[in-house]
This record gives sequence, C-alpha cells and structure tokens, in this order.
Amino acid sequence: MSETDQKGHTQAVFEAERLQTLVEILARKGYQVIGPTVRDKAIVYAELESARDLPVGWTDLQDGGTYRLEKRRDEALFGYVVGPHSWKQFLHPPKARLCQAKRKGECFESQCEDREGPKRAFLGVRACEMAAIAVQDRVLLQGTYTDPVYQARRGKVVLIAVNCTRAGGTCFCTSMGTGPKVTSGYDIALTEVLEDGKHYFVAQTGTELGEEIVREVPHQEAGEKEKQTAEGLVAKAAGEMGRTLEAEGVHDLLVANLEHKRWDEAARRCLTCGNCTLVCPTCFCTTVEDVTDLTGEQAERWRRWDSCFTLDFSYIHGGSVRPSGRARYRQWMTHKLATWHDQFGTSGCVGCGRCITWCPVGIDITEEARAIRETTISQAAPSGKERSRANP
Amino acid sequence: MQTLEPILAEHPFFKNLDPKILQVITGCATNVVFKAGEFIFREEGDAQEFYLIRKGQVALEIYAPGRGPITLQTLHDGNILGWSWLVPPYQWHFDARAVEETRAIALNGRCLRTKCEECHELGYELMKRFAFVVTQRIEALTLQLLDVYGNHRS
Amino acid sequence: MATTAVKEKPVSPVRAGEPMHPRPFKVLKNQPETHDTFTLELEPAEGPREFRFAPGQFNMLYVYGFGEVPISISGDPAEPGVLVHTIRAVGTVTRALERLKRGELVGVRGPFGTSWPVAEAQNQDLVIVAGGIGLAPLRPAMVQALAKRERFGKIVLLYGARTPDDLLYVRELEQWRSRLDLEILVTVDRALEAWRGNVGVVTTLFPRVSFDPFHALALVCGPEVMMRFAILELAKRGTPPEKTYLSMERNMKCGIGLCGHCQIGSTFVCKEGPVYRFDRVKGLFGKREL
Repeated sequence: MSETDQKGHTQAVFEAERLQTLVEILARKGYQVIGPTVRDKAIVYAELESARDLPVGWTDLQDGGTYRLEKRRDEALFGYVVGPHSWKQFLHPPKARLCQAKRKGECFESQCEDREGPKRAFLGVRACEMAAIAVQDRVLLQGTYTDPVYQARRGKVVLIAVNCTRAGGTCFCTSMGTGPKVTSGYDIALTEVLEDGKHYFVAQTGTELGEEIVREVPHQEAGEKEKQTAEGLVAKAAGEMGRTLEAEGVHDLLVANLEHKRWDEAARRCLTCGNCTLVCPTCFCTTVEDVTDLTGEQAERWRRWDSCFTLDFSYIHGGSVRPSGRARYRQWMTHKLATWHDQFGTSGCVGCGRCITWCPVGIDITEEARAIRETTISQAAPSGKERSRANP
Repeated sequence: MQTLEPILAEHPFFKNLDPKILQVITGCATNVVFKAGEFIFREEGDAQEFYLIRKGQVALEIYAPGRGPITLQTLHDGNILGWSWLVPPYQWHFDARAVEETRAIALNGRCLRTKCEECHELGYELMKRFAFVVTQRIEALTLQLLDVYGNHRS
Repeated sequence: MATTAVKEKPVSPVRAGEPMHPRPFKVLKNQPETHDTFTLELEPAEGPREFRFAPGQFNMLYVYGFGEVPISISGDPAEPGVLVHTIRAVGTVTRALERLKRGELVGVRGPFGTSWPVAEAQNQDLVIVAGGIGLAPLRPAMVQALAKRERFGKIVLLYGARTPDDLLYVRELEQWRSRLDLEILVTVDRALEAWRGNVGVVTTLFPRVSFDPFHALALVCGPEVMMRFAILELAKRGTPPEKTYLSMERNMKCGIGLCGHCQIGSTFVCKEGPVYRFDRVKGLFGKREL
C-alpha cells in the first residue's frame, strides 16, 4: 500500500492521466470541481468538467502591468502560477444576499438568507493561496463576529493544493514565508513532475478525506527518487522568484514613514482603479446595499466587494476622510503590510504578485517598500558636513 | 482713603506685576458699574478706555441690518474688555453691552499711553499681557469661525 | 436605488442573533429637538421586550427601502424597555428616519462598540464635554452617573452648540441645572440679542468651572476639531490622556468589524471604538487623511 510519512499521512505517486480519475472521484462524492482554465487569454478559476479543461501545456509571463499566456513545449497541467482570479470569489463572494424584507402595510417583515449551496473542491491551490485562505480565515472567522457566508462555504470546501515548480515574474512568496511549498491546511498537496519522458504527480495527503480520495486513485507508494525530484523542483522555484520584499520590520518602517515623499510619487502614477484590491486574495472589504424593487413591496440587503480606493469608502457627512489618491494608496499598502499585523497578528500580504501584474501602471508593492526603506536608512544618520552647510 | 490698588492687584490680568508699576497704573484707574442692558461702548465711538471685568457678563455685539444685533462673544469675571485703545485710530469696532449688572475697573487709555511713553518698562508689561489676551481671543474666535457644528457638504 | 429581479427562493425564518439581520422595532414617539435634529423612542416589535446597552454604544438603524446608518444610543441604560436615538437629518436615510410616524417600523442591529467607562470615575470628579450632536452619545453616561450620584466627586457638564436654537434636551438641561450637586455650563458659537447666556467656543468655559483635574475622568464627544481643542485644554489643566475618553466617528457599513470601512490606522472604530481612551489614539490625530 502507500507509504505513510512522518506526519502519518500518505505520499503516493500516480500517472498524470490519473488526475482525471481524481476529478471523477470528487464529482462522484458530490463536489463541484473548481480549477484553473484558459478563458479570454488568461488563466482563471471556473468549474471544470474534466481534467482536460485545465490549461494543459500553457504557461504565463508576468511582470508589472503585464500578463501573457504562452504555449509550453510540454503538456504540463499546472505549468503556470496565479492569474487574475483568486479563490476568494468562491469563499467570500463578490455579491451575497444577506436578507430580504417584504412590506406589510405600514410595517415590514424580514427574513435571513439561506446558506445552502454546492460543496466545492478547489483543484490547484498554490501555497500563496493556501496562505491567503488562512489569512481570510483569521479575519472572517476568528473575530468577535464571524461571517456566516464565509463560514458556510469554508466548511464545505475540499482543498487540493499544488506545489509550484516554477516561480512567476511577480512572485515573492519566499519573502513572505508562504511558499512555494504548501505546508498545511490542505486535503491533498500535489507536485507535478515531468522529466525523462515521465509525467506524474507526487501526492501528499493532509486529512482523512484526502486519504480517502487518494486511496481510490490507482497509485503506487512514492519512492525516494520521486520524492527528491519533487522536492528539488519546488526548491528550484524558491530560488527563481521574480520579486523580493524585505518583510522583517516592514510594519515599523511604514508606520514611521506616513509622510514619506514616496507616497506622492506613487500617487502620481496610481489611478485608484482598485484593480489591486480586486485581485488581491486577502482583501476582504465589503459594502452593504439595501435595494428595493420598483413596486417597493420587496427589499433586499446585499453585500458586495468594495475597495478602499473609492472616495465613497471613507465618506462621512460632507466629504471623504481620504480625498487624495495619495492617502488611499498609502491606506492600502500600510494596511496590507503594517497595520494588518496589529489587527490580525500576521501580514496581509502573501507574496502572490497579482497586484503588481494587474496594476495598469505597474506599481510594484515590493519596489515601493524598498524605496521607503532605502531612503529611510540614508536619512537616519545626518552627516556633520550636511548640518554645517544648512546652518553656516 | 482706600485706593483701587489692592483691587487691581487681585485681578488676574495684573498677576505678578511689580507693585511699583501697578501704582503708576492705578493713577489711570476708576471704579465703574454698568446696569443690566447698558451699553459700555458703541461701534465707531472713541476708544478711550479698557475694562477689567470684576463681576458680571458683557456681550460683544455687532448689528447687521435685517438680522439685528448678533452676539459674537460673551465675557465674564476676570476677562479684559477692549483693546482698541492700544492702536490708532483708537475707535471701537463692536458694541459692548452689559448683559447683567457688571462691575469693572476702567483704565484710561490716553493716561496709560502717556505713561507708557515715559516708562517703557510699564509699556512692555502691558504689551506682554495684552499679547496673551489677544492670542487667546483669536484662537477662540478661530474655532468659532470654523463652525464645527455646522452641516458641511463638500 | 437599483432595482433587482425578485427571486422567489425559499428563505429560512429569522435566526436570532444574526448580526447583519435587523430586528424590527416600533416607533413610539418622534420628537423634534431642533430644526434638523429629532429624537425617536422605540420598542421591540417582537421578541425580547428589553434592549440592554452600555452608554456610548451605537446601533445600525435600518429604514425599509432606504438603508442603514450608525446612530449612538441616547437613552437611559437603566430603562431598557425604551430605545432612544437622537438623530441629525443630514442624508437620505436620516431624513427617512425623520419622517417616521408612531407605529411605523425601524430595523435595529446592535448594540455595537465600546462604552464610556463611567464606573472608572468613582470617587473622582467626572467632567463631560459635549459639542453639538455630541451630547447625544454622552447623555446615557450622564444619566447613569446621576443615578449613582454619591459615587462621584464633582460632576461637570460643558456643552457647546452652534446657536441657542441648536441646543438639545433643553428641558432636561434646565432640570439638571436646578440641581445643587451638578455644574452645567452651556455656550453657543453665535446668538441673537435674546440669548442671555454665554457666547464663545466650549473651551472658553474651562476657566469658569472648578474640578480637580488631577483626580478627574473626562468624557469628550463632538466634531473632531472641537474634541482636539477640548482635550488640549483638559491636558493644560492637568487631566492626562490616560484619563480622557472620546468618541470617534467613521463611515460604517457592517458595524461588526468585517467590512473595513471604519478603519483608522490599525483600529476599527466599530470594534475597538467608538469610545477610546485618548492616549491609545493620540497618534491618529493630527495626521491628515489617515
């Protein structure tokens, strides 16, 4: 049977074609399988009918404000990194109806929304995305109030993670300590290996359910060579990150530099379009909208995604608290890298690089943090010469 | 005969003032009482005096046609009323009206200005104290100007 | 308002305690206070007859078909049978609240947020500084303190409003003023001749009251500018930031710390506020657009 590793979970190996069996097993168990697929020249997350819907043989080229798909020379199923979608759209949906109310004469009667929905399996969750889900778990499930929408969906989801064997142009998960290897929270973690004409997956199970699923896929125990090959590919990915960010001390750095002139420079470029907040897998801000139908007989309360980049976001009687783009860019970046720590005990950033790729003007969070850090250090020790020049 | 010196000495405005200088100032001082509703001075009038309010309430007012008299500020025990005597053309810009019976010390402007020219130390002490009063008043008036309780729309 | 196709999908009955779901309350009374401010008295339309809260907390009030706003609770915490809200009509929802008549329904979610630490002021002087509508969230603290008057030293209320016509709770203020164990000073920013009271900003009242600033607890609420100056004045007199509490205000949508709108620096006003000890938020003041 399969070898059990130190943690008591299985490490198995199966042929690449057997991924289809895995998908079928999930469907048989009643899971709607969501995974990456090519659509409109990007790799997005959508419902998969079969493993053939995956972006077979595709890879992505990413840089600041740049995203392009390119054909690979092999038939890798997971040979790319992350695209504009994140899993948050399924766990923390862009729109959710919270309640309904009906007018009854002069009064109204209201009812809570049902939380029933399909059980889902996420196929192809990267390490940074596993970390992002953990970050959102902390925000939405571990506060004084929990989010019932997120809770209902999160409890029903199966996570099949994929270890990255290639780093993207804007990736910096190693800087944030979130990858490229998946370490926890998964049901199954896969590493795809293509070499010497062979194409297989090394599968690590993390839960009972993961065990159950892998057991039904025709597989063999993972041998030392296969395990080492898989580990080697992941280690290679760790060494070729497209970006780096010095995470140590970034909280204090940003909090001490709220009036740094770098914010003005970012503001000159930032369009406050909010793309970064849309693609970011940890951004959680929402707004509440109460709408009625034309007759006024029925009213509904909807929750939808919102962005701190809008003027409306901080509006209080008479005006926005953050009217300038500078303030809004600063708010987003200092929340993500600094104040998130004070609120939730972790960083808000998982190093996925989406905000860099999908910013229309290519503003790079790692570059902004570096610029502030470098100019702060040089300002810390004024030379005696400089002082005497200023005060003759 | 009892002089006004001890009364001036205990007024907050003259706190810590050298008794010799206080004696000089007393020469320009008179005791005054205003009845409730009485005008202490009127806009455009000659600013010949300023007042140390001992007890009572005084309203600084300005009259706007169609709106009537608007109270800009009320002054109370311990406050100073009037500084237009300090600078030419020595004219009042507002009305000051006693809201209730008000006792005060009136200090004659011309008398003080002459003595200040003669004794610069006296002049400096008065200026220091007035500068403090004026800055306090301006800060308070600035807050009033902000209309913080108003309904502001951008 | 946007329209939406009504989908007839079965929904489960009201689940008690779902924080985003408003509880229906009936309007008992809608009393105008000033030209733009009014006070609603509400009682639960169904479910438990009492609504318990601590002074300083707020509710999200929902008007059918219009939306929700965060409003501080202004009632007496010892009278949980009636829920009181004093509201300024400045926007769509607050104007809709203003139009509500006796018997109509309001949706209530709450109480949310932190409260005034009235009990902490025991055996000390209690100084309450209110500006404009800021008196509304402070009223429950005053009422609670007066109910146990013997536990406190001096109690002082300094209240500033725009004009005499903008003063809230006038009858109650007069009642309070007639007490011998309470000092109340009221001032307005501007007035016509008929007003025989004080004219000037609320900070000008400080020299005219006596309390022991070194053994006092101060509660401050009003527009942010007014609070900054009042706190400066208090500090000048010797009441330190650790003994000064204020109530902050920001845009709120959920009221439960999940939507992100009310964030300033690292705090969510609906969760760690609206009442804050001043030394804990001092760093947020004086920083623009934070």
